[in-house]
Amino acid sequence: MRRAKASTGTALPDRLGLSKHSFWHTLWQQRQLAFMSVPMLLYIFLFNYFPLWGWITAFMDYKPVLPLLENKWVGLENFKWLFSRPEFLGAVRNTFAMAAINLVFGFVFPILLALFLNEIRRTRFKRTVQTVTYLPHFLSWVIVVGIAQTMLSSTGAINQLLVSTGIVSRPVFFLGEGRYFWWLVGFIHIWKECGWNSIIYLAAMTAIDPGQYEAAEMDGAGRFKKMWYISLPGIRSTFMVLLIMNIGYLMEAGFEIQYLMGQNVVMDWSQTIDIFALKYGINRGQYSRAIAAGIFKSIVSIALMTSANFAAKRLGEDTLL
Amino acid sequence: MTDRLLARKSRNGLRKRSIFPYINAAGMILLMFITLYPVVNTVAISFNDGTDALRGGIGLWPRVFSLKSYETIFADEIIYNAFFITISRTLIQTVLNVILTAMLSFALSRREYVLRKFITTAMVITMYVNAGLIPNYLLLQRTLGLGKSFWVYIIPTMFSCFNMIVMRTYIIGLPDALVESARIDGAGDFYLFWRIIFPLMMPVAATIALFVAVGAWNAWFDTHLYNAGKVRLHTLQYLLKMKLATTSNSANAAMTSAEAAANTTLTTPITIRAAITVVSAAPIMAIYPFLQRYFVVGLSIGSIKG
Repeated sequence: MRRAKASTGTALPDRLGLSKHSFWHTLWQQRQLAFMSVPMLLYIFLFNYFPLWGWITAFMDYKPVLPLLENKWVGLENFKWLFSRPEFLGAVRNTFAMAAINLVFGFVFPILLALFLNEIRRTRFKRTVQTVTYLPHFLSWVIVVGIAQTMLSSTGAINQLLVSTGIVSRPVFFLGEGRYFWWLVGFIHIWKECGWNSIIYLAAMTAIDPGQYEAAEMDGAGRFKKMWYISLPGIRSTFMVLLIMNIGYLMEAGFEIQYLMGQNVVMDWSQTIDIFALKYGINRGQYSRAIAAGIFKSIVSIALMTSANFAAKRLGEDTLL
Repeated sequence: MTDRLLARKSRNGLRKRSIFPYINAAGMILLMFITLYPVVNTVAISFNDGTDALRGGIGLWPRVFSLKSYETIFADEIIYNAFFITISRTLIQTVLNVILTAMLSFALSRREYVLRKFITTAMVITMYVNAGLIPNYLLLQRTLGLGKSFWVYIIPTMFSCFNMIVMRTYIIGLPDALVESARIDGAGDFYLFWRIIFPLMMPVAATIALFVAVGAWNAWFDTHLYNAGKVRLHTLQYLLKMKLATTSNSANAAMTSAEAAANTTLTTPITIRAAITVVSAAPIMAIYPFLQRYFVVGLSIGSIKG
């Protein structure tokens, strides 16, 4: 297979006395492939692996003015500090709560949408619904939060609707009350991503053999029976892969929306681990503590990821790793 | 009794009588309304007179039509600069990212490549292990000194591991004979990639280009973190973000909590904010419907194997 290539190469490895089958000899023959990939390897070492080195500062009392290794080692002091602070514990709670809401909503609504879209026979109508529901995905979080603030203000559309239908007597201050915050984040996420996330399920449903539906019809299955016994099992493997992936990214409960939408008055409910790290690290210069918070987040993510993967393996599902 | 009989009859023969399609269609129309209302409302507000808009209650159409907000934002030359920066970063980032990611995915799709396993593993690990916000900030800001420069928009985003895996899956799905026959004719790997594989990757490359471009166009946090102090490098989304921030912070300082939430829109005229929103979202809104068939295909490829 490589014969054609071998004749074109200058015989540098031969001059160096390397054997025909050595690793370096093959690599020399494949130098064009190496040229396409090794720079990217160096790139990820610099941008993804090198920053991990910064994790050691979590075990130090790090002062940026000193050379890194001359800082004082403090062991787990920074972690102890974090877990003694209600503010950090609150951030952990908020991260988990919003992540859980996003995870559940993020599966239920897109799958429901895909199921019902799949029942639409008129292609043009279906396409229109899809195009419209994809739209918010392309808006930035800055825009979405801006729109949400307008919609949710005391004179906004939602309060007008609630007051005019008599559900509430006075406008609700959605953005000024902490207890609404998690749910607002959940619903705004759904508004933005539901249509987009349904694409993948719909694609999986269109791949289902139509013969299955016909056979079910022969057996007298109604529309909902067909959804339950054919469409849903048909997207099972897609669902499992996405579930494992999303559990791995669970700690990424979102950063932008909370950062942009969380005003000071709702901070107890809106601050996530990332925002905590940003505040302590960049605004206050307490790098060690902020990095410790980041490490905690990474470790929880990896633990969640591996256990989800392990569980999937035990259940005989496709896995990611 | 008759009801049950009728129901059974429709199930057996008169399937077209079912009301389900109508309920379903009505639900879909409601969904489209919920999706579009806030967007159309923002457009309506942007074309409304500023003082009138403070009363609230604008629906899907401006109450007192005015182009004043657009005149105001386009009178300030900072928006032209922000447009220039946003467009440049989007173009450069997209082209670089797609070509480099495609090139790498080609190399890692060659089964005979000796570094394939090592590099693939190193790439996949980065999807799950992330140093986090602060170490990345320290690297870019202190070690590499990229703060207050245009390159902080480009350099950290030249490559994406997830997209690489999607592209690699696509290349592996192409017929082997394509590569083999070109090899027999003596084609090198560069030639193979650039002349044979890359042109065939257009559907997946277009999808990924769209993803990257949308991400680049909508990014504001890198400006916030690294270039906040340099007005010449502000992007459109960052301009908008600053409008949002000034409104909510000043509201917070002056009012009680409940009032602050109610009046977040008092300081920057709501119409100006709406106009910047429209201007910064319009380009993507105009493009994405035409790319729909590409990204649907691209997402399905990605779903085959995470």
